[in-house]
Amino acid sequence: MTNFKLNEVELEAAFQSRIDSEQKIEPKDWMPEGYRKNLIRQMSQHAHSEVIGMQPEGNWILRAPTLRRKIVLLAKVQDEGGHGLYLYSATETLGITREELIDALHEGRAKYASIFNYPSLTWADVGTIGWLVDGAAIVNQITLQRTSYGPYARSMVRICKEESFHQRQGYEALMVMAQGSPEQKKMAQDSLNRWWWPVLMMFGPHDAESANSAKSMKWKIKRKSNDELRQAFIDQTIPQVEYLGLKVPDPDLKWNQERGQYDFGEIDWAEFERVIGGNGPCNRQRLEHHRRVDREGQWVRDALAAYEAKQQARSAA
Amino acid sequence: MKDKQDDLINYVIALGDDSLILGQRLSEWCYHAPFLEEDLALANVALDFIGRAQMFYEYASQLETRVLKENARSADQIAFLRDTRDYRNLLIVELPIGDFAFTMARQFTVDVFNQLYLQQLVNSTDSTLAAIAGKAIKETDYHLRRSQEWMLRLGDGTDESHQRMEKALKELWGYTAELFTMSAYETALLRDGISIDRTALCSDWRKIVTELLQQATLKVPSDEWQVTGGREGLHTEHQGDILAKMQYLQRTYPGLEW
Ligand SMILES: [Fe+2]
Ligand SMILES: [Fe+2]
Ligand SMILES: [Fe+2]
Repeated sequence: MTNFKLNEVELEAAFQSRIDSEQKIEPKDWMPEGYRKNLIRQMSQHAHSEVIGMQPEGNWILRAPTLRRKIVLLAKVQDEGGHGLYLYSATETLGITREELIDALHEGRAKYASIFNYPSLTWADVGTIGWLVDGAAIVNQITLQRTSYGPYARSMVRICKEESFHQRQGYEALMVMAQGSPEQKKMAQDSLNRWWWPVLMMFGPHDAESANSAKSMKWKIKRKSNDELRQAFIDQTIPQVEYLGLKVPDPDLKWNQERGQYDFGEIDWAEFERVIGGNGPCNRQRLEHHRRVDREGQWVRDALAAYEAKQQARSAA
Repeated sequence: MKDKQDDLINYVIALGDDSLILGQRLSEWCYHAPFLEEDLALANVALDFIGRAQMFYEYASQLETRVLKENARSADQIAFLRDTRDYRNLLIVELPIGDFAFTMARQFTVDVFNQLYLQQLVNSTDSTLAAIAGKAIKETDYHLRRSQEWMLRLGDGTDESHQRMEKALKELWGYTAELFTMSAYETALLRDGISIDRTALCSDWRKIVTELLQQATLKVPSDEWQVTGGREGLHTEHQGDILAKMQYLQRTYPGLEW
């Protein structure tokens, strides 16, 4: 018997040359197991983040101060759920089910963005999350529009459009407060104080310490390094902070004329590790909420399955 | 003339209250639904109702402006700055969301009613109300398709879902009578063809609901009890809980822009 199958080394070389020439990898294409695993990890983490992120903002839907704000917020949280759905589907193209991905989340094997382990304590936080958290996500996701895996790249194109919309809405909500009463200004500043550093942490550890980075860059799953993205975010955000008349809680922040970029202080990496390690203010609450809702919805999903089975039996008869 | 204007304002606000309070209740499901698709769908329905409330309140605000000039309330003031006794919504919309069966049973009974009601309201001699109804009826067609489907799924799903659904129907049945109860201001507006005769919709509603419940293998609850009062501001205790949350920022920081 002749074996036309290329061996693993040849396949991998062909794969890498496709990546190097900026061709997209599609679900049916051969891919190294490590590439597939790496993508599942990153894409499902992204999907879980969209869904868990519904909690801190959803927390304010019932308390939104005007009808318009209520509509905008509810629609935003709904969008995030849609992003989650879209990303779960894209991840499923890699041969894994949404149920498996959610099990991994519930069992602590999969992560979500650590930023959502912080609480949304005031109405200003809704604005700040839209402006800064969605803003940071966009900086990352814009580069992911060119990621090597086709379904992921395409989902990023669509999601980015909505995220920029969220960012503008968040900024606008905060602007009203920053120009409002002394209490509102104080609320806005307090919110920025609490979210600034956690948002910078969203870009992950320094490049040198980032465990998954090298491989991800080689495979063009990731297109820019953590530190590059963080710097880009700071450079674009500081003028927006100044326009609001607010101040970031970083005494070391200053414009560096030579570099043409902002210098900024060191992130508290101990806090980063602490929150990622499960000791943020809301880790248990976020995960437990997701587990509880999943448990409570089981009878509905069972009913749906039973009804569909009956329908099929009827149409077969 | 002034009385007639008051009747119209009260009527429009009552319709707004029905939409707002139901929308507020439905939005409680966002990130609490049995699966992600349902989070999105329930949020969609909630958005329709809150948007509808906004249209009614904007109109009420315009009507007030004609009479009260600069002392008229804005839509948000109407929505957020009244106390329990001044809200005019039907009791059925203020009841807590309960389990998914209760939410869907309520939605179904209200959707059937809304469809019948809006089909009439599009012919209102008040062109603004007719226009709002014209937009709302398309949304309601979609809401009803959904809630109807869920009645079938849960009624004819598992034993547990069937039991939960029958329990839900029993718990809310006595509140459905109010859908067909005319308030004084609605009656007053009837002669000019502005409002709708709710009592006339009852038999059609019953027919549609009964047929679907039968199809869903569910019993139609008996009419042993009924409670009304929402239109006169005689609410359940749940109304206060809704308002405490909804009005929190407006009450804590009075008179600010958000
Ligand atoms: Fe998103
Ligand atoms: Fe995102
Ligand atoms: Fe977003």
